[in-house]
Amino acid sequence: MARKFAPKMATANDLLEGDVVYFTKAGDWSRAIGDAALAVNQEAADELLARASKFPNQVVGVYLVEAGIDPCGCAAPVHFREVFRTRGPSNYPQHGRQAEHS
Amino acid sequence: MYRYDDFDRDYVNGRVAEFREQVERRIAGGLSEDEFRPLRLMNGLYLQLHAYMLRVAIPYGTLNAAKMRQLAMIADRWDKGYGHFTTRQNIQFNWPKLRDVPDMLAALAEVEMHAIQTSGNCIRNVTADHFAGAAADEIEDPRPTAELIRQWSTDHPEFTWLPRKFKVAITGAPHDRAVTRAHDIGLRMVRDDAGEPGYEVIVGGGLGRTPILGKVVREFLPKADLLPYLEAILQVYNRFGRRDNKYKARIKILVHEETIEVMRARVEAAFAENRAVMGRVDPALEASIAEAFAPPAFEPPTDLRPVLSAGLRSFVDTNVSAHRLAHYGVVTISMKPVGGTPGDATSDQMRVIADLAEAFGHDDIRISHEQNVILPHVARRHLPALYERLREAGLATANVGLVSDIIACPGMDYCALATARAIPVAQQISETFADLDRQRDIGPLKIKISGCINACGHHHVGHIGILGLDRAGVENYQITLGGDGSETAAIGEKTGPGFAYDEIVPAVERLIEAYLDLRLEPGESFLAAYRRVGIEPFKAALYETEARSDAA
Repeated sequence: MARKFAPKMATANDLLEGDVVYFTKAGDWSRAIGDAALAVNQEAADELLARASKFPNQVVGVYLVEAGIDPCGCAAPVHFREVFRTRGPSNYPQHGRQAEHS
Repeated sequence: MYRYDDFDRDYVNGRVAEFREQVERRIAGGLSEDEFRPLRLMNGLYLQLHAYMLRVAIPYGTLNAAKMRQLAMIADRWDKGYGHFTTRQNIQFNWPKLRDVPDMLAALAEVEMHAIQTSGNCIRNVTADHFAGAAADEIEDPRPTAELIRQWSTDHPEFTWLPRKFKVAITGAPHDRAVTRAHDIGLRMVRDDAGEPGYEVIVGGGLGRTPILGKVVREFLPKADLLPYLEAILQVYNRFGRRDNKYKARIKILVHEETIEVMRARVEAAFAENRAVMGRVDPALEASIAEAFAPPAFEPPTDLRPVLSAGLRSFVDTNVSAHRLAHYGVVTISMKPVGGTPGDATSDQMRVIADLAEAFGHDDIRISHEQNVILPHVARRHLPALYERLREAGLATANVGLVSDIIACPGMDYCALATARAIPVAQQISETFADLDRQRDIGPLKIKISGCINACGHHHVGHIGILGLDRAGVENYQITLGGDGSETAAIGEKTGPGFAYDEIVPAVERLIEAYLDLRLEPGESFLAAYRRVGIEPFKAALYETEARSDAA
């Protein structure tokens, strides 16, 4: 039996600022992971990566990553690396994305 | 301090102008990321987890107050008010914006600094003993040689696209503070039978995924033969080094696969040819470099003995080392406060260090690969005043060489390559052992932490090494014991299965408790005890205790 497909989102770093961005349902880039478009099967994931890769002068290093779905139906990070990318460095809570939420 | 000549100045300014244009073209879309990436890396600019990172070279770890103040200014103006001193004597800024980087490089060039050769498959920034020119045990200051190597290697046309990066470390002292055996080339100054100084040349050392200690390729190389000999090693590596597999491309793999004997024969043959055509380094150039590293105008000895408070006595015990002049000391400023990030300095701290270097240290500052800052020339009569100023700035932690003087790479808090965090593990260990009396009782102990197998945190040569890995989506920390980066170098031995993030600090505590139980006397260091009893008692402490608590 085929393994169950894990939902994916597309992420990258902003060219000018260098910070973490997510490809959205609206077809542009957002700093909020909750805006990320989710692909729920392989075909949709391939299409998501293809669409997200059309911004070579806006973002750098586009890749697909496994996404969870939070109780509100929004994308959420699964792997700890992606959790850290939503926050910032653990040694300075005042730096990175986490500073905006505190 | 080496001062740029017109050639150096034009070259560095030219590189800044060139990179400014490249950044503009990237932003305008004229360069793709694939085209831009190698260009930005040649200028020290990485893209990390949360932001860009600019790695600035501190050649052979030497700074002065003006340079340190400029680093502070850059941290304030274009970054977040701090910098991170690295295990290769560089400084990294963690939050630059792409548009600002050319201005940052221009500001560096104003004080004769740059970010060239801090990345890419070239000969990287040459590292040196951080006590160079000051240590009591030194034969000669190795920095004139390091500067000569910098001049020879910068943009060397034959060695700009090597199979992989290439790191050279140099020491002028028998006690190896520069980890020479873990570098592609290590140079250790020695004397021949006639008492003339020259170099023992070590080749093929390196840490990373395949840790190997370098082997001696030439026991004694006269100083005059250095460049033709180095050129020979690089030629052999450039020709025979593996380009088919990135993970087998370092010179250590070539030496390992082909043996040191084959390597030596090839190097000596190339050296014979080079020597005939290269000739000697221009004596005037040699003299001008040597002049740039001339010792400062030391003050004469006095009969005055400073009165040491209890706090200062502890500080002197751990943070002040023997200087070649008895009335001077080498002062290490610990960048490892309890709970702090190893190697981080705020811009305010950088300015304090600059002020103190001018007031008490002949305007000389060093950065160590152990991520501390050194004032190499401090007259002992100044120690009380210096200590007070350091205390006021929160820079007087008396823990150098002790359990909380930890090396840690940036790990997954910053680095895009990391597989786990390193900094918070270091922070927790230093908090666990915050009590300085307890630290002094434990004695000399080097803990080194890397957040991936690339081993920037030198974990293989830590007495206790910690390697952070990603095991099935969870941070996991592997322990090695018995590593040593000094003249008695050794690669640490793995203890067994790794530990989860919340188990690693208790595991380190168990190791240290085991050591305290089994040492013969307080003077037997952790490393000495380990060498005497081997790994088994420590494995028992790590795993049997764990098994007991699981069974309970």
